[in-house]
Amino acid sequence: MPDKRDVTLAVNGKTYAVSVEPRRSLADVLRDDCGLTGTHLGCEHGVCGACTVLVNEKPVRACLMFGVQAEGKTVRTVEGLADGDTLHPLQQAFWENHGLQCGFCTPGFLMLAAGALQENPDMTDDDIKDVLSSNLCRCTGYQNIVKAVRLAAREMRARARI
Amino acid sequence: MKAAAFDYLRPADLGEALALLATHKDDCKILAGGQSLVPAMNFRLARPAILVDINDLNELDYLRADADHLKIGALTRHAAFHRPVVEGPLGTLLAKVVRYIAHYPIRQRGTFAGSLSHADPASEWCLVAATLRAEMLAKSVRGERVIAAGDFFHGTFTTALEPDEVLAEIRLPAMAPDWRVGFYEFSRRAGDFALGMAVAAARVEEGTIREARLGVGGVADRAIRLGTLEDQLVGKPASSALIDGIAREARGMIEPNGDIHASPEYRRDLIATSVKRALTEALA
Ligand SMILES: Cc1cc2nc3c(=O)[nH]c(=O)nc-3n(C[C@H](O)[C@H](O)[C@H](O)COP(=O)(O)OP(=O)(O)OC[C@H]3O[C@@H](n4cnc5c(N)ncnc54)[C@H](O)[C@@H]3O)c2cc1C
Ligand code: FES
Ligand code: FES
Repeated sequence: MPDKRDVTLAVNGKTYAVSVEPRRSLADVLRDDCGLTGTHLGCEHGVCGACTVLVNEKPVRACLMFGVQAEGKTVRTVEGLADGDTLHPLQQAFWENHGLQCGFCTPGFLMLAAGALQENPDMTDDDIKDVLSSNLCRCTGYQNIVKAVRLAAREMRARARI
Repeated sequence: MKAAAFDYLRPADLGEALALLATHKDDCKILAGGQSLVPAMNFRLARPAILVDINDLNELDYLRADADHLKIGALTRHAAFHRPVVEGPLGTLLAKVVRYIAHYPIRQRGTFAGSLSHADPASEWCLVAATLRAEMLAKSVRGERVIAAGDFFHGTFTTALEPDEVLAEIRLPAMAPDWRVGFYEFSRRAGDFALGMAVAAARVEEGTIREARLGVGGVADRAIRLGTLEDQLVGKPASSALIDGIAREARGMIEPNGDIHASPEYRRDLIATSVKRALTEALA
């Protein structure tokens, strides 16, 4: 058994002190060592996007980073989106617009959209489609995901103006 | 699909990184964005004993433009090019091309230098580097050297880099404001690797082409700069007949590879189409 490393992770504003092998992906560390199973794993080679989380507020594939690499960075997962019992506008919009069916891809899409909207709150429809093409969904046919992100973006812009 | 065990080293600066590479040579691999290396490790196609993570080397995270070059430090991520990094045609071209590289989250981590070091035959940055005659600055404890793009790419996933070397900087020649640029890529889905693509650039004075750059990628074991066709463009008036002729010649010049994604015959047609569309954009 190769040596484990002590790693301190800052996830959703909380500190997690874990001891992990360097070969463990950030996704596995989040799920198995931090108990945050909202981050899903589909392909484990960067194609499906189910594992998307924010690292230093940028959406990245958590299957293509090692947990040890996240030391010193901030991580945000789907568990960190809602404010207590109040859903994030993206979560609310996915719910209201039927943006999910089985839900397997949903955490990845939510974090992808959350990160992209942080960089550009005024994404056009083409921008939204381009960004959402990063992730795969086997159920919805994508239309309702696009719609949900479009409406959530509008809601988030409206709130930012208040 | 999990990576095999490895030892993880995280140097704090370039000097430390170079010393580690000199000590461990073939046993170690540089970890940059990890967007090519980590999938290969998860598939166990790559099983490096040691990873040297260069992500803390902030001294390599820069973009500098001077009169002659755009200098791209090794830690510059693909996403840095989403908006033009320099005024003029070069910045425009890079901002267009970057949209074809993988997907938004992958572009947040993947690096320009990682793409070149990985040398995927369908890499957009390799095509840009080969066509625009980039220079690569390689550093090791033994010193540094500059490698011309023509000598850098040796074939699929192989370059002139030695195991103890870091590709520290890429230098793209500056482009005067009167250059015009074009890029065309065909892939089956957004973000997929190119089945065929072309980059074109031209400087036109009063309707006559004074300088030209042309290259194709995704069709052979490395990006191909079409130097003889560049020469044929120079001195001629820009016209659709000229473009058609060049596209036809490009189609005949290259022996494309075939794989499950596309046959050689199909790729030959793609070469003609890509060259035609990239040149048409540049000469419009
Ligand atoms: C789903 C998916 C789709 C993709 N689609 C595309 C695409 O369409 N086009 C495209 O071009 N790429 C694509 N990529 C690959 C992506 O662009 C990678 O970022 C890039 O190929 C490698 O850069 P990196 O920084 O991630 O390097 P890494 O994965 O960290 O390293 C790649 C290799 O280069 C070496 N290396 C890295 N940096 C240096 C350096 N500075 N000096 C010396 N050696 C170094 C490493 O040791 C390793 O062998 C895709 C990746 C994924 C997961
Ligand atoms: S599990 Fe990470 S992209 Fe599919
Ligand atoms: S809702 Fe089932 S995969 Fe997207």
